[in-house]
Amino acid sequence: MSTTAPPEVDEPTVDSSEPSPQDPAAGTQPVKIAIGVVGMVLTMWLMANSFLAFAYYPQWFGNRIFIGLLALVVGVGGAAVLFFFLNQFVEGLPRRLSEGLIPYAFLLPGFSLVVLVLIYPTIQTIHYSFANANSTEYVGLENYRTIFGDDQFWLAITNNVLWIMVVPAITVAFGVVVAVLADKLSATGEKAAKGFIFLPMAISFVGASAIWGLVYAFNPAGQAQTGLLNAVFTALGGEPQAWLNISTGRLNSLLLMVILIWLQVGFAMILLSSAIKGVPEDTVEAARIDGASEVQIFWRVTVPQIKTTIITVFITVLILVMKVFDIVYVLTNGRFRTEVIANLFFKEIFANGQAGQAAAIVVILLVAIIPILIYQVKSFREQDLAR
Amino acid sequence: MNAGKLKDGRRRSPFSIAVMTVLAVLWTVPTLGLLVTSFRSRDDAASSGWWTAVINPFGTGWTSENYVNVLEGADMSSGLLNSLVVAIPATIIPIMFASFAAYAFTFMTFPLKDLLFITIVIVLVIPIQVAFAPMLDLLGPNGLGISGQFIAVWLLHTGFGMPLAIYTLRNYMSTLPLSVVESAKVDGCTHYQTFWRLVAPMALPAMAAFATLQFLWVWNDLLIAKLFLTQGNTTIIVQLQQLLGTQGQGAEFLTAGAFLSIIVPMAVFLFLQRYFVRGLTSGAVKG
Repeated sequence: MSTTAPPEVDEPTVDSSEPSPQDPAAGTQPVKIAIGVVGMVLTMWLMANSFLAFAYYPQWFGNRIFIGLLALVVGVGGAAVLFFFLNQFVEGLPRRLSEGLIPYAFLLPGFSLVVLVLIYPTIQTIHYSFANANSTEYVGLENYRTIFGDDQFWLAITNNVLWIMVVPAITVAFGVVVAVLADKLSATGEKAAKGFIFLPMAISFVGASAIWGLVYAFNPAGQAQTGLLNAVFTALGGEPQAWLNISTGRLNSLLLMVILIWLQVGFAMILLSSAIKGVPEDTVEAARIDGASEVQIFWRVTVPQIKTTIITVFITVLILVMKVFDIVYVLTNGRFRTEVIANLFFKEIFANGQAGQAAAIVVILLVAIIPILIYQVKSFREQDLAR
Repeated sequence: MNAGKLKDGRRRSPFSIAVMTVLAVLWTVPTLGLLVTSFRSRDDAASSGWWTAVINPFGTGWTSENYVNVLEGADMSSGLLNSLVVAIPATIIPIMFASFAAYAFTFMTFPLKDLLFITIVIVLVIPIQVAFAPMLDLLGPNGLGISGQFIAVWLLHTGFGMPLAIYTLRNYMSTLPLSVVESAKVDGCTHYQTFWRLVAPMALPAMAAFATLQFLWVWNDLLIAKLFLTQGNTTIIVQLQQLLGTQGQGAEFLTAGAFLSIIVPMAVFLFLQRYFVRGLTSGAVKG
């Protein structure tokens, strides 16, 4: 834990060795401690009560805009006041103790929230995965046995694997192509082209599903086609198709993936573009003088230098894809063999009331994420040491 | 000679221009289709493709009725309002908590520092699905009884956004000059004062970057709003999802509703784009 202390850590120790007017052991200020404790308790009590009042008695506050504004004031102001009293309390303690405690005081509120909504639920979910449908009795490995014996589960797994194989790679590829080509445009052209491509990033999965639902729309043959894809397809001589119902070759899953790629290329482009602009011009120039073609320069000079960014983008999209839910839920809800893990989880827990099996599905998702997690921690450590 | 070159002396690349134009069009057409359809009457939209209205703008019945209907009939005006009430506090509150934590991670030394920060890196990738059942138990009628109200969603979004907020802010703060903080200490400033007077103002760009990301994430979220808000408090995204579920009936609501749900985040995105890009590049690339 203290084995890898980053270089910056020396800084505060330098400070404590500075001549201090106070004797480190002394300096206890009971008044400050008292003000701090009373203040903290009072602030937390007030914050908790006002937030509970927003929930229990919304009619007291008139309308929701007012509640929203009050929440903002109580949330931000309350946090500021809380930190103030926390600081008073810690400063009132003997100097040595106070130096040691301040960091934890600064971390405490943020970490409490992380523990409350992420760490505790993770443990609880693992716990629930060994319990029955309404989490009242242990059933051992029964839930895992059930889901492993379920065809829908394996269908979801294969679909997720397909999503994982297709989406991150294509998103990165598009991102690289767009970033490289945009770099060759004039400044205005680059800005405009990038603008068009990253605008979808602001669109929700649900909104994107509405947009693409329109593209994939199907009207029976003989009627005018209002969906762009069918219009093009029939213009080329094909019969109109209900695209999202076609599971042959997982076509419908692939069409759903198009939506996610469309949304994410902008993100990939932003990161990759800034990486490409960071490639030193002289390395490119040197290759050019040596007679390398543009394609060779791209593969041998540019790509190796932006590898870290490529991996970052790939992993970010990968994590997103593993939990993909909204698009599938909204457009097919898993019908026509498009089921994915997150949608299956949602069905089990809410439609089927199988909390135990749903928890087991999430645990499998967690296990699948572990390799990425280890990689993230490893690369974080490397980068942090290099800093 | 000059025609083949850009202002800065690079060669003009017709290939790049062609490919980028095609991609820009491909990326825009689906949204354009939605926008055009949302202004067409129901019968027109059902009997011809939206592109016919673009090719022949006078041959179709343009109307803003869909928007009126969806705002009043489908009550999306209240959904829009709810979305704002959910998103603004859920965007700003986490910044306060995260800034102090990020300050501690950047400018202080303490035992377990590495372990605690690695915890943040780990929870960054935990799928939020883990939280649903336990949090519904905790916040629901058998627990605190606040599920369904805005507070439940604020709490969850604040918690879910916290790892990214701490991570982004810490990365940014570690690029600030240490000497500034040191000299403040020599002048007798406490950490609390240093934070407020020096570090927080300097970290504003990073806060704006996180705020943009978080606003988009909260506004566009479906799951948390769907599970933790009552129908009267629900957001426009959940309303849109419900419209998508009803096939046929209300098809004309759908396009107008979808476009309404997109406008606000898109405006925020365009307005804060600079910060957003900076946040992404400083947060993710530097790691």
